[in-house]
Amino acid sequence: MTRLNARIPEGPVAEKWTAYKSASKLVNPNNKRKLDIIVIGTGLAGASAAASLGQLGYNVKVFCYQDTPRRAHSIAAQGGINAAKNYPNDGDSAYRLFYDTIKGGDYRAREANVYRLAQVSNQIIDLCVAQGVPFAREYSGLLTNRSFGGAQVSRTFYARGQTGQQLLLGAYSALSRQIAAGTVKLYNRRDVLDMVLVDGKARGVIARNLVTGEIERHAAHAVVLANGGYGNVFFLSTNAMGSNVTPAWSAYRKGAMFANPSFTQIHPTCIPVHGDAQSKLTLMSESLRNDGRIWVPAKMKDVEKLRNKEIKPSDIPEADRDYYLERRYPAFGNLVPRDVASRAAKERCDAGFGVGSTGVAVFLDFADAIKRKGHDAIDSLYGNLFQMYEQIVAESPYETPMMIYPAVHYTMGGLWVDYELMTTIPGLYAIGECNFSDHGANRLGASALMQGLADGYFVLPYTIGNYLANEIHTPRFDTASSEFTLAAQAVTDRLKQIKNSGGKESVDNFHRRLGKIMWEYCGMARNDAGLTEALYQITELRQEFAKGVKIPGGLDEYNPEIEKACRVADFIELGELMVRDAQQRRESCGGHFREEYQTSEGEALRNDDEFAFVGAWEYKGRDAAAGLHREELQFNEIKLSQRSYK
Amino acid sequence: MNFTLKIWRQKNVTAKGEMVSYDVSGISPDSSFFEMLDTLNQKLITTGGDPVAFDHDCREGICGTCSLYINGRPHGPVKGVTTCQLHMRAFKDGDTIFIEPWRAKAFPIIRDLIVDRSALDKIIQAGGYVSVNTGGVPDANTIPVPKEKSDAAFDAATCIGCGACVAACSNAAAMLFIGAKVSHLALLPQGRVEAATRVQKMVACMDEQGFGNCSNTYACEFDCPKGISVANIARMNREFLGAKLFSEKERVIKESL
Repeated sequence: MTRLNARIPEGPVAEKWTAYKSASKLVNPNNKRKLDIIVIGTGLAGASAAASLGQLGYNVKVFCYQDTPRRAHSIAAQGGINAAKNYPNDGDSAYRLFYDTIKGGDYRAREANVYRLAQVSNQIIDLCVAQGVPFAREYSGLLTNRSFGGAQVSRTFYARGQTGQQLLLGAYSALSRQIAAGTVKLYNRRDVLDMVLVDGKARGVIARNLVTGEIERHAAHAVVLANGGYGNVFFLSTNAMGSNVTPAWSAYRKGAMFANPSFTQIHPTCIPVHGDAQSKLTLMSESLRNDGRIWVPAKMKDVEKLRNKEIKPSDIPEADRDYYLERRYPAFGNLVPRDVASRAAKERCDAGFGVGSTGVAVFLDFADAIKRKGHDAIDSLYGNLFQMYEQIVAESPYETPMMIYPAVHYTMGGLWVDYELMTTIPGLYAIGECNFSDHGANRLGASALMQGLADGYFVLPYTIGNYLANEIHTPRFDTASSEFTLAAQAVTDRLKQIKNSGGKESVDNFHRRLGKIMWEYCGMARNDAGLTEALYQITELRQEFAKGVKIPGGLDEYNPEIEKACRVADFIELGELMVRDAQQRRESCGGHFREEYQTSEGEALRNDDEFAFVGAWEYKGRDAAAGLHREELQFNEIKLSQRSYK
Repeated sequence: MNFTLKIWRQKNVTAKGEMVSYDVSGISPDSSFFEMLDTLNQKLITTGGDPVAFDHDCREGICGTCSLYINGRPHGPVKGVTTCQLHMRAFKDGDTIFIEPWRAKAFPIIRDLIVDRSALDKIIQAGGYVSVNTGGVPDANTIPVPKEKSDAAFDAATCIGCGACVAACSNAAAMLFIGAKVSHLALLPQGRVEAATRVQKMVACMDEQGFGNCSNTYACEFDCPKGISVANIARMNREFLGAKLFSEKERVIKESL
């Protein structure tokens, strides 16, 4: 029944990518000029892809909802980017990076893709340095590395706590150079609201100009989605306010399958929620776990005294502190993977040992590190993060431990893609966070930046040529054709329908309500009864939204409320699919923790016999249940085992 | 906490704008400035009003989207933070707060508090990069960079491109923005190769886009949320002068041949 063919090249895993590149078709430079490519999104994946494709000679149109490509949310990534350079001589290799990524993902990622990712990782560092990305250096002038969760080697390159910013500005500079050269045309302040298919192939998009409200038609020979993750389905997340699933979701509605939607990453170190008006959550880089020690009081009487502000955290003696990660996972300690650290924090807070005014927080303490390394050394490593924390919370981490709690951060699920990063729609590609491919059920720290840039700089530019080589005789498309007209009309109708629903409730209110359902029933821990309840509540919410949302202002002007409404309408549908996916996966793996399936020690219990597959969902219509397709995962290189970080 | 807000309202670039007064109440001191504005907008939406448009995205001080001129200062009264990182505890209960857009000829207003800053993109497109292609670059460690230089380049590279420097300047100059990019790349061996042409192209584009000249008041540095130093402007001027003199010398030599 499956329509999924990952098209993985034959041969040993280490040679697949070389073999693929040798055999794939090429497009000669004269023909590249005649081929148009649309790229949606200007984060690490989108900007690097658009720049690289423009440089190759294709005509590229790149879209972003922000006012400039440089603001895409990759900019907020803090900690670093992994690569198998082995500069520290501590035993790293492409194989080890591959192995750690598969294991970290709890054996739910595709071996061939991950191996390729590890192989191209080193080229990324070389390119970024050549672009002028100011990575951290030793006094020798050479590059330095740090360690990150889920790994026992130091393979993470970083630029203080602003690695994403520096990498994105590198990609943005490459993109700007291509814009100046005329190979790339920028469409900023645009929301891409639909895909256009001609004879079953992706041939363009319908976009809304956010300033004028104009509905635009854009044609191309291939379309690349790089619109990032969908963490904002939870309303509160570390994503930017505008981050959305809409371009990917419109592709899903047109036939691209959506894989593992329930695989979301809850990041362990975020600033806790402060109140009802809260609009977003702020991440504190995982790199802090290199030097910070996580603890809660071991005694309930100290918890109470802390809450009543009778004592300070530093008043609690060492013996009365529970460094629960060090206690439970002596081998990895505070550097266990994110899913494990998050669940352990929830476990302590659920048991009543949480700190802070809400009791939903744990300490991340730097006192030992400051004593050991000195104030200045800590400042040079984490200065901007400490400053950021102090601005938000009005407490200095130099003087008192940080308070942190897990928050929604990254989505491993996304559009299903094959080895070439093509979705199930021919000519439609998905790269970076918006595809599902490399992180399985849990992403390791510093691997998102690596994947985004790997896809955009070094994978897609090869694989898209293999498709476009067959398109050199296809003339440019006329956007007056019936396919474009119908798609544009559907978008206009949908906007009018939302605008005229005549309700009283604001978009944000619906979004908050959706977020609460998702966090409660499809967050860090899930169970069958809760998921059933979530389905019921989401269906209700969807009906209320259709009749009850209030949109001030018009459609032909700058109108943030209509922008948000389109995004939230899609998030509601996506939420339902996430719940269905979480329900069908009757096992625990990585970030997907089903309470029914755990070991006696409370760890995730996989079921490899029945669930070692990628669950890809096919859209069957607005009111029909989506259909599940399975891509069985083959593990030829790595033996599946219970993940252990003890 | 309760506040009176005086907010600039303007329908579009050609419409006439005005300051309009609003009251907000029950705001937590731990709320961010935008969460306070969210509260106002929710009230406006449900009571049939017209919500205030403002630019914002990451809400963690790094994307550079936010751009409010609060009580006469870009990003408000707290030094070293963007508007999104400004919290209401920075104000006193009962305060009247004035909120305006960035004001500069090169930044036309789109709506209310939102301005068009694409002129800054144009300046980067003019030369704010190392002209390196994807592929065919040397191993990263074959380019050693002295740590002090690398750190100084990093400091300049932390510019978030928000345009506060332009809004702060009485001449609406973008020299801190350009100085930061010129310095970032000129300090690194990778960027030295094109340093002379880069600075000339970027400065020429700056003039074209309608930015003014440096006012020498250091207001830009004072109001920069990332603390970018005016030393970067000095370095840009040095690079610019050097490039001009050098190109003049080259011209004379060529003509004498």
